[in-house]
Amino acid sequence: MDKKKTLLEFFAENKFIHTILSIVIGFLVGAVFLAVMGISVSEAYGKLFQSVFSNVKSLSYCVVYATPYIATGLSVAFSFKTGVFNIGAEGQFVVGSMSACVVGILCGNLPSVVLIPLCLLAAAAAGAVWGMIVGFLKTKWGINEVLSMIMFNWIAFYLSNYIAGIPAIHSDGTAEATKNIAANARTLLPTELINSLGLCNTANWGIFLAIVMTVLVYFIIEKTTLGYELKAVGFNRSSAEYGGINVNRSILTALAISGALAGLGGALQLMGMGGRISVFSSQEGFGFAGIVVALIGVSNPLGVFIAGLFYGALTYGGGKLTLVGAPTQVVDIIVGTVVFFIAISCIFEYLKYLKRTKPPVAPPPEGGEEPGKEADA
Amino acid sequence: MNMKKMLALLLTLVMVLSLAACGPKNNDNKTGDDASKTDVPEVQPVKIGMVTDVGGVNDQSFNQGAWEGLQDLASKNSNFEVHYLESATDADYASNIQNFLDEEYDLIICVGFMLADATREAAEANPEQNFAIVDDASIDLPNVACLMFSQEQASYLVGIVAGMMTETNNVGYVQGMVNPNMNLFGIGFISGVKSVNPEATVQQYNANNFGDPAVGSTAAVNMITNGADIIYHAAGGTGGGVINACQENGIYAIGVDSDQSHIAPETIITSAMKRVDVACQDISLAVLNNEFTGGVHQYSLENGGVGIAPTQDLLTQEVIDAVNDAMTKIAAGEVTVPTTVEECPDFTLAE
Repeated sequence: MDKKKTLLEFFAENKFIHTILSIVIGFLVGAVFLAVMGISVSEAYGKLFQSVFSNVKSLSYCVVYATPYIATGLSVAFSFKTGVFNIGAEGQFVVGSMSACVVGILCGNLPSVVLIPLCLLAAAAAGAVWGMIVGFLKTKWGINEVLSMIMFNWIAFYLSNYIAGIPAIHSDGTAEATKNIAANARTLLPTELINSLGLCNTANWGIFLAIVMTVLVYFIIEKTTLGYELKAVGFNRSSAEYGGINVNRSILTALAISGALAGLGGALQLMGMGGRISVFSSQEGFGFAGIVVALIGVSNPLGVFIAGLFYGALTYGGGKLTLVGAPTQVVDIIVGTVVFFIAISCIFEYLKYLKRTKPPVAPPPEGGEEPGKEADA
Repeated sequence: MNMKKMLALLLTLVMVLSLAACGPKNNDNKTGDDASKTDVPEVQPVKIGMVTDVGGVNDQSFNQGAWEGLQDLASKNSNFEVHYLESATDADYASNIQNFLDEEYDLIICVGFMLADATREAAEANPEQNFAIVDDASIDLPNVACLMFSQEQASYLVGIVAGMMTETNNVGYVQGMVNPNMNLFGIGFISGVKSVNPEATVQQYNANNFGDPAVGSTAAVNMITNGADIIYHAAGGTGGGVINACQENGIYAIGVDSDQSHIAPETIITSAMKRVDVACQDISLAVLNNEFTGGVHQYSLENGGVGIAPTQDLLTQEVIDAVNDAMTKIAAGEVTVPTTVEECPDFTLAE
């Protein structure tokens, strides 16, 4: 009974409707740009949806693409809940995947049962440390976390390139990348299963771990004292401190957990789809995409999970737009518009407020019981 | 009310989706871009799919060159249908190749040596599928054509230009990465400089990066401080920084891969050209004529696969004559440009 109500509440929440509306507007704006470019809208969107929904294989590709976005989305959402802005998920993702990569190459002889958890642990630890350094700078000297995180993204970027160049890690072939991690460290589904279900070659267990992470984040935020404290700091730092919460420790903990989530995302991507890390020439953007995913998912763990799938599907389907002559950037326009309209959702609330306050005659006590409105829908 | 609203919105979404779902049917009938050009109905068009590396299709380098070559081919010959997929990350290569495999393309062109592992894997799993890979000779399979360029020949020609044009007897060279394939640029360039100006100093720098203009700029400024007055780069995006630094300091630069003079017309005196477009057209035509063969396809001065850019306004007639002379001699086999570090001891980056 109680559970049912919360689920209903979630779906009936205004934020959900704003999100759906924003997505619709995003597609409409994308359609306008397509039309301006002289590309058939139905053909382009047809390709987009066909690439996503046409068969099990493409659906599984979308899930594979979505997995790291869910992780970084959770990371950023967690930080939003606790009053810090983790723009450093990018760097935490990179150090996480590189740590998992180093472990996956150097300890390749270990059996999967040991090696996979070890890689995940290394990634989570590296991400957490990367987040905590920034947290330390913030709590100790009050250095703005956004600033230091952006710099730490670049430190991670060059650190990763440096490690990829070390002979023990660097590919034996001509590729400017690391060696492939040991097959034992890969989280790919068994080949027989992939073939019998018609999944894509890189279908992996990562999505299940992403589900576990989603549940875990929900549990920490909603069901634990720690989560309560972190949220309290997020709502109002001073009153949390007044209430006896150690604010500095909370910030450190929040950034560590957030960093660990992003680091795990790096490991999931590497052990599932990637198998190796290239020498970067530009940031791959998994962490920045996490910000988008967290915004679309309104920082709600379940919302982030769905938003991650949405973003993964758009990334995969959007990549195929070039086949009908539309640039892949259309997807960026759509996503950008969606985020824009979600970010200005306060306007919807304001409009609603205006609408409510205008008619002086007996406004209904609760929104949703106007009998006249029922009929025309 | 909220539930009603939501329902209405969901219905709208469903409508949009169902509208969109009609799209692919039209798509199948029209076969993409080239619908209007397919005027010979009984000939099935040859489908060429190109996978870029992370540089993307507008990289002003080999991805762009390859795509322009294919577009040009499709516009002239209605038997071709050409498409590309861009790779955003290293992990995208395999899935992009897979997409073309699923849609049964006749030839999949993978641009760049970064795709070598993904290409090999796909080619081994699909022995009936034709592949071509640009700039990689490590795949020895009958269904993979390795499109290789004699970049040392093009570099040799611009080396002659640098050697003759330098007034300080001091030129610079920035390389994007040290590996046997990239080293060919440096070996060719230095050999070219030394062939006309044995006294000249060639400052060399390995940026170890193809995408960082700041590194290129710093390296170029150092070289200029040490007396260089012409700098050649073979460093992709990093080279953009080299060109900038040369422009700011009023010295000459030499471009690479395509004719880069449009970036800085007063600075870039010429460019070493690698005709990825020619190679891609060549291999596509081979598929059309059922003449596709695997193995290494070498593109050199002899078959027009490499060369020097047509932009030569800032060169003296004497230099142009020397370059043309070298070109004929190389093509005729009278002059052989070194390809190994042993043959060119002045090249020091490989150590």
